[in-house]
Amino acid sequence: MYNFEFEKPSTVADAVAALAGDEAQALGGGQTLIPTMKQRLASPSKLVSLSGITEMQGVQREGASLTIGGAVSHADVAAQATDYPALAEMAGHIGDPAVRNRGTIGGSLANNDPSADYPAAALASAATVVTNAREIAADDYFQGMFDTALEDGEIITGVKFLVPQAANYQKFVQPASRFALVGVFVAKHADGVRVAVTGASEEGVFRWSEAEAALDADFSADAIAGLTLDPSGMIGDLHGTKEYRAHLVGVMTKRAVAAAD
Amino acid sequence: MPKDSGIGASPKRREDVRFLTGNGNYTDDINAHGQAYVHFLRSDIAHGTLNSVDTTAAAAMPGVVRIFTAADFEGVGGVPCGWEITDRHGNAMQEPKHPVLAEGKVRHVGEPIAAVIAESLEQARDAAEAIELDIEELPAVVDMKAAVAEGSVKVHDDLTSNLCYDWGFVEENREAVNQAFQDAAHVTSLELVNNRLVANPMEPRVAIGEYNRSTDDSKLYTTSQNPHVIRLLMGAFVLGIPEHKLQVVSPDVGGGFGTKIFHYAEEAFCTFAAKACNRPVKWTSSRSEAFMSDAHGRDHVTKIELALDADNNFTALRTDTYANMGAYLSTFAPSVPTWLHGTLMAGNYKTPLIYVNVKAVFTNTVPVDAYRGAGRPEATFQLERVVDKAARELGVDPIALRRQNFITEFPYATPVAVEYDTGDYHATMDKLTEIADLSGFDARRKASVANGKLRGLGVNCYIEACGIAPSNLVGQLGARAGLYESATVRVNATGGLVVMTGSHSHGQGHETSFPQVIADMIGIDEGMIEIVHGDTSKVPMGMGTYGSRSLAVGGSAMVRATEKIIAKAKKIAAHLMEAADADIELKDGEFSVAGTDKSVAWGDVTLAAYVPHNYPLEDIEPGLEETAFYDPANFTYPSGAYACEVEVDPDTGKVSIERFSAADDFGNIVNPMIVDGQVHGGIGQGIGQALLEGCVYDEDGQLLSASFMDYAMPRADDVPFYSVDHSCQTPCTHNPLGVKGCGEAGAIGSPPSVVNAVVDALQSAGKTDVTHIDMPLSPGRIWAALNS
Repeated sequence: MYNFEFEKPSTVADAVAALAGDEAQALGGGQTLIPTMKQRLASPSKLVSLSGITEMQGVQREGASLTIGGAVSHADVAAQATDYPALAEMAGHIGDPAVRNRGTIGGSLANNDPSADYPAAALASAATVVTNAREIAADDYFQGMFDTALEDGEIITGVKFLVPQAANYQKFVQPASRFALVGVFVAKHADGVRVAVTGASEEGVFRWSEAEAALDADFSADAIAGLTLDPSGMIGDLHGTKEYRAHLVGVMTKRAVAAAD
Repeated sequence: MPKDSGIGASPKRREDVRFLTGNGNYTDDINAHGQAYVHFLRSDIAHGTLNSVDTTAAAAMPGVVRIFTAADFEGVGGVPCGWEITDRHGNAMQEPKHPVLAEGKVRHVGEPIAAVIAESLEQARDAAEAIELDIEELPAVVDMKAAVAEGSVKVHDDLTSNLCYDWGFVEENREAVNQAFQDAAHVTSLELVNNRLVANPMEPRVAIGEYNRSTDDSKLYTTSQNPHVIRLLMGAFVLGIPEHKLQVVSPDVGGGFGTKIFHYAEEAFCTFAAKACNRPVKWTSSRSEAFMSDAHGRDHVTKIELALDADNNFTALRTDTYANMGAYLSTFAPSVPTWLHGTLMAGNYKTPLIYVNVKAVFTNTVPVDAYRGAGRPEATFQLERVVDKAARELGVDPIALRRQNFITEFPYATPVAVEYDTGDYHATMDKLTEIADLSGFDARRKASVANGKLRGLGVNCYIEACGIAPSNLVGQLGARAGLYESATVRVNATGGLVVMTGSHSHGQGHETSFPQVIADMIGIDEGMIEIVHGDTSKVPMGMGTYGSRSLAVGGSAMVRATEKIIAKAKKIAAHLMEAADADIELKDGEFSVAGTDKSVAWGDVTLAAYVPHNYPLEDIEPGLEETAFYDPANFTYPSGAYACEVEVDPDTGKVSIERFSAADDFGNIVNPMIVDGQVHGGIGQGIGQALLEGCVYDEDGQLLSASFMDYAMPRADDVPFYSVDHSCQTPCTHNPLGVKGCGEAGAIGSPPSVVNAVVDALQSAGKTDVTHIDMPLSPGRIWAALNS
């Protein structure tokens, strides 16, 4: 790890100001950034910790939506997002206890790892990513592997989830990292079903529109029995071929629909 | 009644008190006054010409003490290989130089090119980034068959090819074996891969070099399974330091699994640099470095064929194996696919004719050497897979086919040069049938099917050769070392004693189990006995711990030394009681004169030995300390039968191990609890190999599985609760304890049953064309097989 400066502001405004300099980097729970820095693969000149900002904490129900502060840990989401059980369940199965106690929802969404769980939850939930500057719909937020609509220095202060009528997340883990080899989050909303897939695509998290259309007509596992996904855009690596991942998307989608409540 | 002390009891491991309370003394816990830190600049290119290493800018960086390159090692030896193989034509193997730091070329990702010594590790890393390398990249060769093909890129330009050796065993049997295949009623053939593994002990390697300018003594702390072997190899072959000027210490070591047997360049470097810089230097491997610098394991590609007659008797066995050596020969690498593999190809069966061919190949990968089992897992896997396949082809029960061909008379001389002293393979199979509840399998399969899962049952046997080994025999086979063990037993005046053993403990529990043996022999409390190991200045000599040899060889040396102690103590007791030596009996720590009520206590005798006022000084010397060297007459041959039951999710290909049972014959057992633990750990590693672990290079020689993000280690929820039994005991006939060794059995015996079970599950779903899947049996591979 290279030397760096460290700041821990107590307000979003101070954090935005601290991030204004060159090569400053926001630090959430550090579950990706710190190992990367230890490997000397990242060398920010300054880390701005977001963990001391009270206004980025808390899980609150407001009507049909659930707002989670950007600095809320996975463990806190698992424990406190009781109004959205599928989300709480998903958060409770991210990584291991250390990751869940340190890692944050804002950090995960800002990083947008193609195998992370939260992007699937946010996309399927038609979530709104709230930053210090604006609100971004999930459909506009995810822009490919490790790529998002965030500008430099922009901070995710919270995430507004639309609580669906029924939802479930099914994760088939990569055996080494236990990230999602394929993860599918299915959410049945009043205005339609959303199916978001993580881990599988070279483009990062995506919505499986054919499955959504089929499930809009009939929300049952049988409704998507005949659907297949084109493997050409899938990730192929030592843990699974493109074809295997495409197949798993179907299996996990069916299981999520069957388990959705 | 279970015993509460001595042989056969299961006292809790005394060493665990310090391990579990954070009080272990591992090499990285040691910090020498004034120490500097080493960072190795390692190649990120698999194969290239090293045109220049410019350290000018780096040497001027803050905190840098000195930077070393190959130029600093002129006149210093290469890292030696400890075993020479003679090929099937009578020629010595090709043996390239293995420099401490890369000379002229880099040959694998992770090879050290330069070493920076600085006041802090971060400064050393900073400076390493300022070293300017000019490396002209060359095409890499990773695939073994491509490496030995005509016109392949050569890993070593000064060798004739990438073929280290072409070994035939037993070469004289070759034609007879081929004829037997001509005459066979049935031939079963199987091509398979024994996947490359990374041992990943919990503690990465560490080395600390020290030099004393006033005495010219060098000292190395290292995470080794055999510090005396390191002292000899490094002192005599690399650095030219005689044993009396070199101390090697391996304190608490956090797991070895074979990969800490070998002498590594980093050890020689730290010892050399400490003298060159006149200050202690410390290197601690990161986990990332461990993946690309610890010797890897396995990596065989094999074609095996089994010939049977019309009555399903095995008539001949023939194998053709490519064994990966990596870029250089690690310490015992050449012996693993040959003498530790070919000699086990008879397995538990009376196959009369066997021929094993092994081509050892250099590639642009990390060196490959022994990993838990070392050659024997490779032998067992292919044999037990081909026997299973034969049973399917012939439509016979795989257990019945095995039983029909079991060796039943002992001693048994195999056609592959070893003689099994004892064993009872039907007994372990009977025990397995019982503990695995094989009769209940059909009902369990029905339940799984009703739940949408496929269920499979896999069984296999194993035999292994432990207690390596008779020195004169291994000398004939090319070993450049003896394989005895030594022990010194020092009895103190007040009756307590210290055993200085050459067997090193890095998880095996010697500090608990060794005292159980002596406590029984003398009849004293185990708490009076201390085990000292891991320091060449405290232990006279030692060949170390590997090949499940500690109790069988090191324990035997300890028994022999203790027998000498008892014989001398009896003379002292006889003198004290004015009786004849021959009439003295030792029981429960008391010496008595047979047929009388005279007795003296153990402590009275030990005190007399050191305060010899009333003592037979004209006959024996004062003091009570004895040393014994024990050179075994033969290997020991543990054996067993294992059963695995799996469920396969047909939708995803995911395997779940539902039951795993092991019936082992380890001969006599000193501490059943420790044996259980050894078997559990071994099975865990075997399941890891079978289902999860795979070390993968791409065609450019880049290590794809270079971290735990991509290299899957078995976790607690990957394995079931095991059913382990070792009540079948045919004691070894040639060592004083009748013990055989248990450290590697689990890792040797478990992979075939897992694969046999998965193939059984797939066949049960009508996939009769699926006769084999290569390890690791990842969900993706199984799904592909299900949909082939």
